[in-house]
Amino acid sequence: MTATINRKSARRVSKVDRFLTFIRVFLVSLIVIGVVAFLAQQFAPDNPFARWRNPDAMGLTADQFKGLLMSGLSQGAMYGLIALGYSMVYGVLGFINFAHGEVFMAGAMTGFIASEKFNANGLWQSNFLLCLVLIIIMAIGISTLMAVLMERVAYRPLRNSPRLIPLITSIGVSFFIQNAVMGLFGPASKSYPQLPEWLSKQRSILTFEIAGTKILVLVVAAVSMVGLWYLVERTTTGKAMRAVAEDKEIASLMGINVNRTIVTTFAVGGAMAGVAGILWGLLFRGVTHMTGFLPGIKAFTAAVIGGIGNLGGAMAGGVALGSAESVAPLVILEPLGVPGVSQLKDAVAFTVLVLVLLFKPSGLFGERLSAEDRA
Amino acid sequence: MSHLLEIRDLKVTFGGLDALSGLNFHVDEGEIVSVIGPNGAGKTTFFNAISGLVEATEGDILFEDESVLGLEPHQVTGLGIARTFQNVRLFPNMTILENVMVSQHCRTRQLVFGALMQTRAFKQEEREIRERAEAALGFFGSRLVGYRLEQAAFMLSYANRRRLEIARAMATQPRLILLDEPVAGMNPMETAELTGLIGRLRSEWGFTIVMIEHDMRVVRDVSDRVVVLDHGVPIAHGSYDEVSTNPEVIEAYLGRPVESRA
Amino acid sequence: MSATMNAPISGSSTAPALFDLDWRRIGTWGGLCALALILLSLIGMPVGLDRRMIIEGRLSLGYLALLWIPLLFGYVVSKRVVLEGVETPDPGARDVLAGLCTGVLSGLGPVLLILGIDNFNLREPLVNWGPPLLEQLTFGRGIGFGIVAWFGICAVLGLLGSLIQVLPKDVRRVISFVIYGLLSISVLEAVISDLSEGFGLESLTDDMYAKRGGLTVKSSIILAVVIGVLPILTKGRLKGATNHYKELQGAERKRASMMLFSGVAGLCLVLPLFLGKIVNELLANVGLFLLLALGLNIVVGLAGILDLGYVAFFAVGGYTTAVLTSAESPFFAPELHFGFALIIVIMMAGLTGLVIGAPVIRMRGDYLAIVTLGFGEIIRLLFMSDWLKPYFGGAQGITNVPPVDLGFAVVTGIDPRSVFYLVLVFCTLAIYVSWRLQGSRLGRAWMAIREDEQVAEAMGINTVNAKLMAFVVGAMMAALSGAVLAAKVGSVFPNSFMILVSIIILVVVIVGGMGNIAGVLVGSFVLIGVLGGPRQPGLLQEFQSYKLLIYGALLVFMMLQRPEGLVPSARRSQELHQEEFLQDAWLKGEDHDTEEAVAAAAAGGSEGTGEQA
Repeated sequence: MTATINRKSARRVSKVDRFLTFIRVFLVSLIVIGVVAFLAQQFAPDNPFARWRNPDAMGLTADQFKGLLMSGLSQGAMYGLIALGYSMVYGVLGFINFAHGEVFMAGAMTGFIASEKFNANGLWQSNFLLCLVLIIIMAIGISTLMAVLMERVAYRPLRNSPRLIPLITSIGVSFFIQNAVMGLFGPASKSYPQLPEWLSKQRSILTFEIAGTKILVLVVAAVSMVGLWYLVERTTTGKAMRAVAEDKEIASLMGINVNRTIVTTFAVGGAMAGVAGILWGLLFRGVTHMTGFLPGIKAFTAAVIGGIGNLGGAMAGGVALGSAESVAPLVILEPLGVPGVSQLKDAVAFTVLVLVLLFKPSGLFGERLSAEDRA
Repeated sequence: MSHLLEIRDLKVTFGGLDALSGLNFHVDEGEIVSVIGPNGAGKTTFFNAISGLVEATEGDILFEDESVLGLEPHQVTGLGIARTFQNVRLFPNMTILENVMVSQHCRTRQLVFGALMQTRAFKQEEREIRERAEAALGFFGSRLVGYRLEQAAFMLSYANRRRLEIARAMATQPRLILLDEPVAGMNPMETAELTGLIGRLRSEWGFTIVMIEHDMRVVRDVSDRVVVLDHGVPIAHGSYDEVSTNPEVIEAYLGRPVESRA
Repeated sequence: MSATMNAPISGSSTAPALFDLDWRRIGTWGGLCALALILLSLIGMPVGLDRRMIIEGRLSLGYLALLWIPLLFGYVVSKRVVLEGVETPDPGARDVLAGLCTGVLSGLGPVLLILGIDNFNLREPLVNWGPPLLEQLTFGRGIGFGIVAWFGICAVLGLLGSLIQVLPKDVRRVISFVIYGLLSISVLEAVISDLSEGFGLESLTDDMYAKRGGLTVKSSIILAVVIGVLPILTKGRLKGATNHYKELQGAERKRASMMLFSGVAGLCLVLPLFLGKIVNELLANVGLFLLLALGLNIVVGLAGILDLGYVAFFAVGGYTTAVLTSAESPFFAPELHFGFALIIVIMMAGLTGLVIGAPVIRMRGDYLAIVTLGFGEIIRLLFMSDWLKPYFGGAQGITNVPPVDLGFAVVTGIDPRSVFYLVLVFCTLAIYVSWRLQGSRLGRAWMAIREDEQVAEAMGINTVNAKLMAFVVGAMMAALSGAVLAAKVGSVFPNSFMILVSIIILVVVIVGGMGNIAGVLVGSFVLIGVLGGPRQPGLLQEFQSYKLLIYGALLVFMMLQRPEGLVPSARRSQELHQEEFLQDAWLKGEDHDTEEAVAAAAAGGSEGTGEQA
């Protein structure tokens, strides 16, 4: 079937297109003004322009900025890990698995339960590294199980439905899991036990002051990415995944067990999300049944930013989003005189989501869709 | 004299592959022209380019002497070009009557106000829409009328679906109809009947027709002219007899015998 | 694909032995059932719902929440896929036995749970793991009793479930009538008692219902008998009446529909007068969400646009009303009358619909869903932000929205009946608009877009404009609902407008059937009325913590099993009755197809079977 390309006729530019261009111009100017004002505050505080919109703007010290950047990067790394799941599922099956955020939450929950137990019997304090490894393994196990179950029960019967149907189903699954977890474990927020001092203390690396936990996050994320790269590029399973992502029908004609490969795809995505869950728990210490909702949506944004279906892009998008979310409120919005910017962090993420989907849905690095979806 | 539809040097490229190139084509009012060629020759792409579903890379498409390049599909239909689809694409859950009524959308005007207030103009227009729909459906005998009108489209037999496709196109009140493989998958009886109907589309309803077909007998029985495409390039045109004996055309379909390869 | 076979596939013509069961199937389903029972218990539903009695002293909602599961699984196990042309023996003893075994296996679930709670302490992660659950699972009579009881109960339920397959249709009808009937009467206790009070028949309901809620044993037996007899009495007549209705055409049908509609409308007008405050409050809530659902029905059901940020229009309506009418609106307090505010609300809604709709209208469906979700959240976050606090009140919202003074009556939240009537007016308007638009050129265009957008474009429909219209109409309905909400509650808070609302409305629309107005009506009453809205309790307040779970499960279930909705629309009923339809036509001699084919064969037979090029 032929592709329907978005038409922009030379002669008939519709009002909608004009409106969209207006929005683009407006936003770009907003960002530019904000950044310029910020820079003015930093480097020329007496310049009237710096104080124009926000007389109380303090600007950021270099340390503050670096701190924000580090937070953004570590958070972004987690978004990236979750985004991998969204990207893979979309690349293979062509729909958004809304419930993927809950897979992430399940990992975080598992980590909480396990670490509480270890804390209670003292293993947490005596041999932290062992505990860490164990909770990561357990979280991966549970998350993978949940992702695979999801696929088997809710998505496999809908394999050939138009893509809105599995999306709606995944919304239902997401709701169900959120509230089931709330029912099972209660609505109260749960805290991971205290991390050992040697891990959480601040360290200095190349003039960056960064907490050890964040380093851990970045390291684990990097290791996971390497592992994923190896799986996808160098193993037969990975090749099968890539083939199925490319074209399910042809892959099955080549002798690949499509069902099993799809299950593997879900499993790998789920595992990544499980790891992200542990990292989130370690970094932010708190987890509830709703923990998956916002990061889930943000991770999806990251996946789209990087180009859906594109795994490297998903991680890049995650890191980009995390940094933007962290830095933008203070760099762009505050100089513009917007009070209470930290509240608007989530609004920034949603705005990025909307903007990316509106203006560059194929992402920065290009989408990788399967043959059926490309048509 | 100007042509009803004129294609000049049309080129359509998909990701590095030229689906169509250097295509020159014209149809005059009242003609029935067939476009034939082996599979993958770009025939459906040709139709898609005319109806605006696909963007042309180069060249121009002129309908009634005005370029329709770059128009939205509904605008193209509004100007008077209708089409059917190769793999019948009806609105399966709408009734037969509704399928043909909805295709008159661009010829009708009533908006929300009329519908809510049930104005006389609205009711009048609804009546007219229904009448025109029944007229278009009635063209196919008694198969698609009567109790069938309220049946959902997915319940139809294959041949009836193809007929409904054509009825839908007729109801858009076009000047030019693009038929994409109208008899594909029909048995000989149905094919013979439809061949006659295509002729009547021109003689009774005044449509100009461009038709993609693989069934050569239909092509022979119905067309005034034939154009042959191969790999996106026109390789022959003329009457059916001229074209069917053209060695290049035969080679395109059947290949060259082994001996004659140097 | 099925082939017509002349001999049974198994090769032998005798029925398989009684105990030759499909053990694997029983094992899987039994295991799943056990897991489901454990999961549901640990989520807390049995304990939480225990307060609500269905039949006093005997059956509480909590137990019912557990008991229906083995019944369902028993039914599913013995269900057979009937393939055309393949000889499938009727359900018989083997299936019943399968159900029994599945039931027994599933009993393992509660039993393991009982033993577990008794011997281990997992209370740390699992909040419901503890004495209350144990008490309930053992029926208060000790572990041994509990174990035996559950095996027995589950076995019996499994048996009954599979028995349903075996029973003749009439018996099944009677049983389902009795069960649903009793359940409804018990659940609708508040409504029925209010009504009887209104009509002065309290004595009747005093007898029917027990002090602490639920039906008395005596009355449940009497009612069961009465309800059971009903289908036997009305057996032919009801079906005949509905068939007669379906066959009506044109003017007759219109008249019948009008009568039906006025009947329902009359009921809606008269009923609230006899109902108490609490039930009227429920009705008012149902009405508000019904209005929302009608709007979303146009966007999702007719035009096929999945708008997850629909709640944004709800918020715009609420906040616009609050800003315009409240004396405490921070920035701009014109204190207009509700009527004037309404005009501006509708305009704002249309504008918002255009602003949100225009950019998204060309996107592919799933991205559109997420973008609208993003918009919805952005709007809510903006309303909640400190930045816009001087205009919208931030997290505290805007309070002191005055009640609606209509001159002859005052619509205020204190008098829910008045709210219901106001909402009823708007709902009637919305139903009228939906109905008229559905049967108009625009409605057909929407349906075409929903079926196949590309082809709709090719048929001359300007899809951008049509979709925008859907957005705008839907937005206006949502905004009206928001306006009434503001007046009813007397204030607007950003937290009333979370994504949750969009999703719950989506469930209602899907359960009712997309594009099906009657379905949306029924869906709203049943779901919002009984389970409750996002933050409002329904008739069964006990479901407060569990309703979202049920909504989620319902959504998944609907998508997997019945995407066309629970209430069949006229179109679908045609699909279901296709056989009868075609048969009638044949009988009336209207089948022209065969006539023409015969004629053509006679005339054109000489064409022969020529090859196609």
